Amino acid sequence: MTDAVTRPTSALKIGPLALVSCAAVVLGLILPINADGTRLMAHPVTGTAFMLLVPIILATELSLVRRCYGLMAMGLVGYIAAALFAFNDQHFETPVATGFWVLTIACWTTTWLFVSRLSGFDITNRPMLGRFINLIIPVCFGVTLLILWQLIVLGANVPKVLLPAPSDIGLRLVNSVPVLWADFQQTFLKAVIVGYALGCSSAFITAIIVDRVPFLRRGLLPIGNFISALPIIGVAPIMVMWFGFEWQSKAAVVIIMTFFPMLVNTVSGLAASDSMQKDLMRTYAADYWQTLIKLRLPMAMPFIFNALKINSTLALIGAIVAEFFGTPIVGMGFRISTEVGRMNVDMVWAEIAVAALAGSLFYALIAQLEKVVTFWHPSQRKG
Amino acid sequence: MMVESTTSNSKDYSVVSAKDLCLTFETNDGPVHALEGINLEIKKGDFVSFIGPSGCGKTTLLRVIADLEKKTGGEITVNGTTPEKARLDRSYGYVFQAAALYPWRTIEKNIALPLEIMGITKAEQRKRIDKVLELVELSDFGKKLPWQLSGGMQQRASIARALAVEPDLLLMDEPFGALDEIVRDHLNDQLHQLWAKTNKTVVFVTHSIPEAVYLSTKIVVLCPRPGRIYDVIDSTLPRERTLDLRESPEFLKIAQRVREGLAAGHAYDD
Repeated sequence: MTDAVTRPTSALKIGPLALVSCAAVVLGLILPINADGTRLMAHPVTGTAFMLLVPIILATELSLVRRCYGLMAMGLVGYIAAALFAFNDQHFETPVATGFWVLTIACWTTTWLFVSRLSGFDITNRPMLGRFINLIIPVCFGVTLLILWQLIVLGANVPKVLLPAPSDIGLRLVNSVPVLWADFQQTFLKAVIVGYALGCSSAFITAIIVDRVPFLRRGLLPIGNFISALPIIGVAPIMVMWFGFEWQSKAAVVIIMTFFPMLVNTVSGLAASDSMQKDLMRTYAADYWQTLIKLRLPMAMPFIFNALKINSTLALIGAIVAEFFGTPIVGMGFRISTEVGRMNVDMVWAEIAVAALAGSLFYALIAQLEKVVTFWHPSQRKG
Repeated sequence: MMVESTTSNSKDYSVVSAKDLCLTFETNDGPVHALEGINLEIKKGDFVSFIGPSGCGKTTLLRVIADLEKKTGGEITVNGTTPEKARLDRSYGYVFQAAALYPWRTIEKNIALPLEIMGITKAEQRKRIDKVLELVELSDFGKKLPWQLSGGMQQRASIARALAVEPDLLLMDEPFGALDEIVRDHLNDQLHQLWAKTNKTVVFVTHSIPEAVYLSTKIVVLCPRPGRIYDVIDSTLPRERTLDLRESPEFLKIAQRVREGLAAGHAYDD
């Protein structure tokens, strides 16, 4: 507001993105969206939402209203309009026409405009708002991608086998919760968690032993390196032969995959404390374990958490791929490999969505824990 | 600890005694004589400074006293015993060039570190932490993390950590080297007060002539290649000192002698 008063010329500026958005909305409302000549105004709610966008964008860009209210309205109305437009099957009953694509562009540019304005929002001295904006931006980004995916796939009639629309995947997800949950339990809660815990902890203990007994460093590290270089595709069937079809063989694959990153990172983490800090412990006549617990392990934590984060994604990949080589009739990898054979691609995508969600949450949990444990590290310090 | 209790009453008891002390590092380019023929007596209650150009072995000598390096020849006793025994008895406190505080511990917790290792009770830890924090004027900063403090405060915290062990011998390796003149003057003054109040023995490595002359009762001038003692100056300054003393003729005379010693050591080398 003050900007508009003190520098009136700046109020007349309007970004090219905003202009394109407004033009696309207006054009999209005029042109037919279906081959049979239907216009968007045939769907009054969606049409009105789009119509509202033009004054909202102009008012926000020209600073006629407070920026935060303008942005809030732009985001809310923009996403409601785009969602109503994208997730209404009626639009896709007859082949789409020019107006549809123009509106698709409008959805894209409007949400883009919103996210770019939001990320440019002044958050100095407003940490709560800053945190909220940092959270909302990736969510908006993801929703925009889903909407565009939906519009393009359905509008262009992409065959379902190639790429199903998000709505199909979502429908499949909701309708197959029991199956997906059973698969999740089998693969994630059993193979991944058990394998991850055993792999990381055994590597950690090995690292301590290697550290304590120097000659093992020369012997064990190259062997660890060798094991990590084994192709998982080759190891998985062997593990199935050794440990059977159940989840134990998948956990074994996960152990092999997670062992080496953890070992290498812990070993270099234990070497991270500098000589002055070690001399300090020496002047206190601290023994090996006191030095380890009070100095070297805290110093190694950033390295250890690096490995834990890398391993959180490796473990999931390992468990899923291992299930391709023999499993009981349950499990995410099993489901993916069989459903792809039956051309049930939406089920494959539903499993992928579950895996991606579980993997991200797992990673986020570790990253959050890292923030607590290594709060002192320069990369984590606040302010 | 036993040794200390039986002998600490005698005034001229040698806290550090070195005879013909040598230390040679074996490197790929042949042996490096870091220390050669060091003869030194440090009495209880002395404030001894080691001064000399870089590479003269002053830090190495301090590290031999602290058992962070092993001598390769000659004799050295610390508190009447071997340096290793003295270290295992925790009979000295060591202050490094940098504060070397652990960033994940608050200032209080950093001071508690040696006490935890020594297995001292929580209540006694608390008492000592409060005492040493007050000594170095950091009472309000106990709950802060090291990186939230200025360089001078961090160094004071590290001195507090060394004092918490309650050693009779304090070994300090250029503790104020990285600080600016003003902070350094202030800390010199504080250190002097502390020494005068507690009657500890201090061995202090520095390359600043005014610092050495202001603080010391005995100044040891070392020269490099091989590292050896060039001159030992017993200070004629009074025990009670203030910073103005640095303008007095007495002070300047000692400073002049130290400077000459340093110059001669250099000339011999080049």
